[in-house]
Parts: sequence; C-alpha cells; structure tokens
Amino acid sequence: MSPSVPLQEMIRAIRSARTQCEERGVIQRECAAIRAQFRQADNGGRSHNLAKLLYVHMLGYPAHFGQMECVRMIASPRYSEKRVGYLGAMMLLDEKQDASLLITNSIKNDLSHSNQYVQSLALCTLACMGSAEMCRDLAPEIDRLLRASNSYIKKKAALCAVHIVRKVHDLGELFAPAARSLLAEKNHGVLHGAVVLITELCERNPETLERFRKTVPDLVQIMKGLVISGYSPEHDVAGISDPFLQVRILRLLRILGRNNEAASDAMNDLLAQVATNTDSTKTVGNAVLYETVLTVLDIKSESGLRVLAVNILGRFLLNNDRNIRYIAMTSLQRIVGTDHNAVQRHRGTIVDCLKDQDASVKRRALELSLALVSATNIRSMMKELLLFLSSCPLELRAQAASGIFNAAERYAPSQRWHIDTILHVLTTAGGDVRDETVPNLIQLITNTSELHCYTVHKLYRALLSDISQQSLVQVACWCIGEYGDLLLRGECQETEPVQVQEQQSIIIRIRSIVSIYGSCIDVELQQRAVEYNALFKKYDHMRAAVLERMPVIEKNSPGHTNGESTREAVKEFFPPPCGSLQVCDLLDLLGGSEEPLQPNPAVGSTLPVLPVSTSSTAGGDLLDLLGGLEPTPLTPAPTVTVYEKGGVTLTLSSEKQSDSGLTVTLTACNSTDSDISSFTLQAAVPKSVQLHMKAPSGDSLPARGAAKVTQMVALSNPNKVGLQNTQ
Amino acid sequence: MFFSFMLLFSRQGKLRLQKWYVPLSDKEKKKITRELVQTVLARKPKMCSFLEWRDLKIVYKRYASLYFCCAIEDQDNELITLEIIHRYVELLDKYFGSVCELDIIFNFEKAYFILDEFLLGGEAQETSKKNVLKAIEQADLLQEVRHLIKITVDK
Repeated sequence: MSPSVPLQEMIRAIRSARTQCEERGVIQRECAAIRAQFRQADNGGRSHNLAKLLYVHMLGYPAHFGQMECVRMIASPRYSEKRVGYLGAMMLLDEKQDASLLITNSIKNDLSHSNQYVQSLALCTLACMGSAEMCRDLAPEIDRLLRASNSYIKKKAALCAVHIVRKVHDLGELFAPAARSLLAEKNHGVLHGAVVLITELCERNPETLERFRKTVPDLVQIMKGLVISGYSPEHDVAGISDPFLQVRILRLLRILGRNNEAASDAMNDLLAQVATNTDSTKTVGNAVLYETVLTVLDIKSESGLRVLAVNILGRFLLNNDRNIRYIAMTSLQRIVGTDHNAVQRHRGTIVDCLKDQDASVKRRALELSLALVSATNIRSMMKELLLFLSSCPLELRAQAASGIFNAAERYAPSQRWHIDTILHVLTTAGGDVRDETVPNLIQLITNTSELHCYTVHKLYRALLSDISQQSLVQVACWCIGEYGDLLLRGECQETEPVQVQEQQSIIIRIRSIVSIYGSCIDVELQQRAVEYNALFKKYDHMRAAVLERMPVIEKNSPGHTNGESTREAVKEFFPPPCGSLQVCDLLDLLGGSEEPLQPNPAVGSTLPVLPVSTSSTAGGDLLDLLGGLEPTPLTPAPTVTVYEKGGVTLTLSSEKQSDSGLTVTLTACNSTDSDISSFTLQAAVPKSVQLHMKAPSGDSLPARGAAKVTQMVALSNPNKVGLQNTQ
Repeated sequence: MFFSFMLLFSRQGKLRLQKWYVPLSDKEKKKITRELVQTVLARKPKMCSFLEWRDLKIVYKRYASLYFCCAIEDQDNELITLEIIHRYVELLDKYFGSVCELDIIFNFEKAYFILDEFLLGGEAQETSKKNVLKAIEQADLLQEVRHLIKITVDK
C-alpha cells in the first residue's frame, strides 16, 4: 500500500520542530489547512486529511472538529475513505459523544455490504466503541452474520457479539444458539471467537452455563486435537499448536467444571495430559501450563492432579524467568488457604524470593511468606522476615511490620522471644508500625513480670544507641519509668546488667524541663507539667503511694484506662504521638487504678505517655439515648453513680435536649479527710458523637463532702449513629 | 484476554499508538497515559513484565526503542498476553520488513489497521499469522483501486 505523502510530509514537519512552541505553530497551521479542506467539496485527498488530523490527535492536540468528517467518510463509497473514516470514528468518537449515533446507520448498511472487508470495518468499529443503544439496534444483524457468512466474517461477528453482551447483558440469550453451533467449525479463528463468546455468556448467566456444560466433551475433543496433532505450520508457536486457542478452551473448561463433579471428571484426563506433555522451555508453553494449573485448582479435580498442578507451580518458582516466578507466587497465594501443606513444601523457594530485586516479586513473596508462617516454622520464618524487614523497600515496610506482629502474636514460642521480636521490629522499622503497637507491647511487657528486668535492660540499651524511632522511645520510657529500680539494682539474670546511677543533678534538670512545659500551648502538656511540678514541690507523704507501680493491664480490654485519670504522665520531649492514647470514656473517668495520680520516675529519663483507650464498663444504656433509631419518649434520665473509689464519688445525670443532643451533668464529691486540688474531668466519645465540655464549677474538692464540683457536658449525635457497648 | 487498552510509546515517553477498548473521556485517557507511561519508564530493565497499577493488571514489554503496554483483566493469563503482544510485533515486522519505530511513526494508520485485523473489541480474533497478513494485503489492494469493485470471496 503506497504511503500517504501529504501525511508523511506533515509528520516530518512536526518532528523537525525544535521546541514545543514551534511544534504548536506547525500544528496550528496544519489544522487550519485541514479545516479548510474539510469544508471543500469532495476531493481526492480527504482520507489523507483525516489521517493527518488523527496523527495530530495522537500527539495530544484537540481534534473534535474532525468528528463530522469521520461520519461523512464512513458513508463514502470509496474503501480508502471508509477505512480512515472508521479509524477516525474509533479514535475520536466514543459512545459518550452524541455524534457516535450518527454512524449507526452507516454501520448497519456496511454490515450487509457485499465486500467482506467493508463488513469487517463495520464489525471492528461496532465492537470497539458501540454504545448500548447501537448494540441493541444492530444485534439481530450480528446474529445473522454469526449464522450465515464466511469464516472471516463469522470470527469477527463472534467477538462483536461478545462486546454486545458486555454492553447489554440481556442480549446474551440471543446469541447462545448460534454460539453453540460455531463449536463445530474447523477454522481456528471462528473456534477462538466461539469459545470467547461462550465464556462470556456463561460468566454472565448461570442458566446459560448449565446449558453449555453439555459442550464439555466437544471442548475436550478439540483440545485433544490440538495437543496430540502433528505439526501445523499455520498455528504453531514454538512447538505448541495454537496456544491462544488452547488457553481460551482451558479457561472455558474452568468455568464449566467449577463446582460440578461430572464436568470436572470429564476433563480430568485431558488436563493431566496437557500438564504432562506441554513443553515448558519457552514462555508460550508455560502460558498453557499456567492456564492448566489455574483450571485444575479451580475445578473439582482429583488429588493426584492437584498435586501435579502445585508441583508445576513449584517448578515455576525455580524458573530463571522472573515473570514466571511472579505468576507462580500469585497462584500459590490463591491456594495457600485450601492446599496449605502442598504450598508449605515450597516454602524455602518462596522465602528466597524475598531477596529478589523486583519489588513486585518481593511483595508477592512477602504475602505468601506471611501466609505460610505456622507454629512449627515460626522461628526460622521470623529470622527471614526480620532480615527482610531491614532491607525491604519502603512501600512494603508497614505491611511487613504488621504481618510480623500478627505472626508473632499467634505463634510466639515464648514470651521472651515475642518481646525480642517486637523490639527488633521497633528498632528496625519503628516509624512504620501502627499506633496500637505501643500499647499492645506495653501490655505484653507488664504481663510478663518475670522478664521485667530483662526487658528494661534491653530497652535501655536500645535507647542508648538510637532514639530516633518514636514507638521504641515510647515503650522504653514507659518501661524505664516502671521498672527503673530494676535498672538501678544493677543485676539481671537474662542479660548483662547495665550500670546506671541515680543522679541528683538529673532530677534538677528534669524539674526545670518540666517547668518549661508549664506554659506550653498544648493544654495536655501544660496540665501535666503543672501537676508534676506540684508533685515535686509538696506531697512528700503521698509521693511514694502515688508513684507505685502500675497494675497489670488486662489483655483485650480496649476500655481499660488503668490509671488514666486527671494526673497524667508528662509527655516526652518528642512530639505527641497521634492516636487516641489519652481517651477516657465518659462514664469511666477515673479509671481503674487505686490512686488518681501517676507514678514518677526515679531515674533520669523522660516520662512516657500512658497507653490507654476507652471503656464503658457501665452506663451503656445511657449512651443509647443518643442512638435514637426508634423514636423514644423523652424519659427523664436517671442519676447514676459512675465512680466511687478512694473517697471520690462521681455521679452523672443526663437530660435529653433533642433527638440528637444530650446534656450530661457530672458531679464530683470528696468524702476523704483531705482536700483534693487540681481536680479535672476528661471525657472522650466515639467519633460519631460530638462532645462539648463546659467549664467546671471549680477544681478543688474539699474534704468530707463540704462542697461539690459540677461540670456540664453537651453531647450531640448529629448522624444518629447507634452506639454499642464496648467491652 | 480482554484488553482494556494498548499503548505504544518511546523511551522518551512519546505516544506512538493508543487503542482503547473501554469508553473513557479524553481527559481520563490522557491522565492514564501520562501516569502509566511514567510508571513503566521508571522500571528497571530486569524487572517483572507485570505490575499492578491502580486497580489494573498491566503487562508491558520493550522491543528496541518502543514499549508495548496493555491492561488486562483480573482473571486473564499474563503469560499468554505477552505472547499476544509478541504476535503483534511479529505481524508489524512481517508487514514492514524489519520494523522499527520510524515505520510506526510515519505509517501509524497502517499500524492501526494491522492491530484491528489482529484484535477485535479487545480480544484476539485470528490466531494464524498468515491469515492476518493475507487479510491486510487484500484490504490494501482494495484501497488502491479507485472505485469500489465488488469482489466475491469464496471461503
């Protein structure tokens, strides 16, 4: 076919432009010329003009003014003009453009053209950009072509039907009979189209799938013919006869054999044959094997065949070709749940893939490795995973860290191992772990009382070498705060003790640092700084009791505040961590600890933030007043005593203001013999509820109930989200 | 294997062919093209030919100075997609005779015609190389003829 000289000249001109500006100039000139040409009467160069415009469009410049020209060209009797016109339609007109409807009639006419190449253009365009409306219009035509035309047109009509079914699902019924009869054809192109069409019909409609199950023997026959037959030069690709058709048939068999014993049985032998005989030295053979494996694993195949399939995947894992390793892992991921043991056999290779250069392969290997961790292999797997964590790409770190934590939690062989593992992760990737890791770890540590000495020593050492990882520092500070005396004691059975001394000068430094925060803008920090200053100055008699060790945190009690009360530990010098660490449930304000005050470290270090979260051990039904899913009568709310410990009593009464609002009044009373000063209440609510605390009436509770402190809290639940009891 | 789109672009990121089989606005197409081209060009030579990008499965292969990049569906076979891409390159090669990027630049409309004879509606339509090339040859002949002649075809 001779090249279009005008087109090539223009392309040359555009390419020789040295700057973007120059190029734009050339394009503008050309477009102006093209526009002028479009307006002129029919001349010989119409197809060249449109082709030029399409080139310009590909470069990214606007070309919508060519749409009508496409419509005109498609209607032309000249094949050259039709060809470019249809190409233009596929490039410039998609189903969203109104102009696309204008070509429906031309397509209809061309579908019945006497020349098959013209028919082909129409079919191609309809299958590429046909809208639902066009599809409905022309479906009967396509069905006709499916039944009575030559192979060249039939194969195209089949794929056109696929597009129609995708756009208008109901039309599937129309094509089912014709699709069935196409399976008897010998022409590979037609067979391929038929198989694709049947696949589409079966995927869309379960009833159609039932009907087409009868074709399984036919499909098996066709497939056998391809596998066993001698060399066919027309369809051969590296020794495989028509791999494209083979893959499509295998896929259709997969859909037909799924959840059906009879169909699966019928294809069993064939699959075994394909799996064993297909040459796997080239990619094309592996493509067929891959599809076979996918089919075997998805249907109700017998166990021998399944083992064969998994072994093929295992071989893929050892393949030099990275692509093949990648798809092997993708497939293994799918079956690691169902055929766990089979996949376990290849664990070694999978773990090796963690060291692959390619990030996609690494990701697959990580996911698969995490899925393969079990009680028996936890130690060796964790070694590999931790090694991976230290060198893995940044985008995988968070996933790796959380996967390691989950695995450690489920299969930890010992507490010490567990703590070691978590510490290792924090030192390597502390910045990428989730917020709840810190409270979880602290909870774990407090529960393992026999390892307190060991833990605090390790943490101290870790801090000495590196204080950049925030989560590590948080945990370390908390532990040193709690178990500092163990550090001072200077002896430890599990690990080498650290020589630490208490120094007076440090305490003075701490006091001065704490005082600085007394005027900090952050209310939280300021409050705590002030409280600690107070603790430094007086209350000598109380300090020892106040600074007792924290009680053991109960596991899985998201509500346990554990001493999270009005006195909180001063935050360390790093920016406060995000997350809800200081959340205190509305109805459990003074938490579960004996004393309302916090312990103070005796050794020079900063104080940790307490890991706390909400609880609503009592009064859940009061919160339900805010839910309001059913219209509830405005019942007067009762007064509830929500806290009574250490002489401090707190009562709560509420009043429903509206459907989504509630006012709560908190009253605190002190029945001990000494005054309590700097008493404040804090509250937190679920995200769906808004909280507004009004100013309290005062902040000191005089002894023996001489006076009370009240505070009003307004709650609103604008979205009327139902609230549930949390544990 | 259903192709959502097929893109050909150079090492400098210049688009040489774009075929879309899903309806998207011009703006969306441009965005996808720009970002995907960047992503693929940033990959190192030895890396995997498959990547998950946004929620698409992308298969790409580099032939000399041109990247052939396409998007397939979740359940599609990546390895056979590589074979389909390879088949298209072979067709171009046979048609142009040792095809190079310049051929595709100066004869872009022919590259499209060949693609349209190989893929239809995003699926492979003809598995025989010979048949595809024969059809193109006949269509080219038809184009040369000044007036439309009725050609009867026997099959």
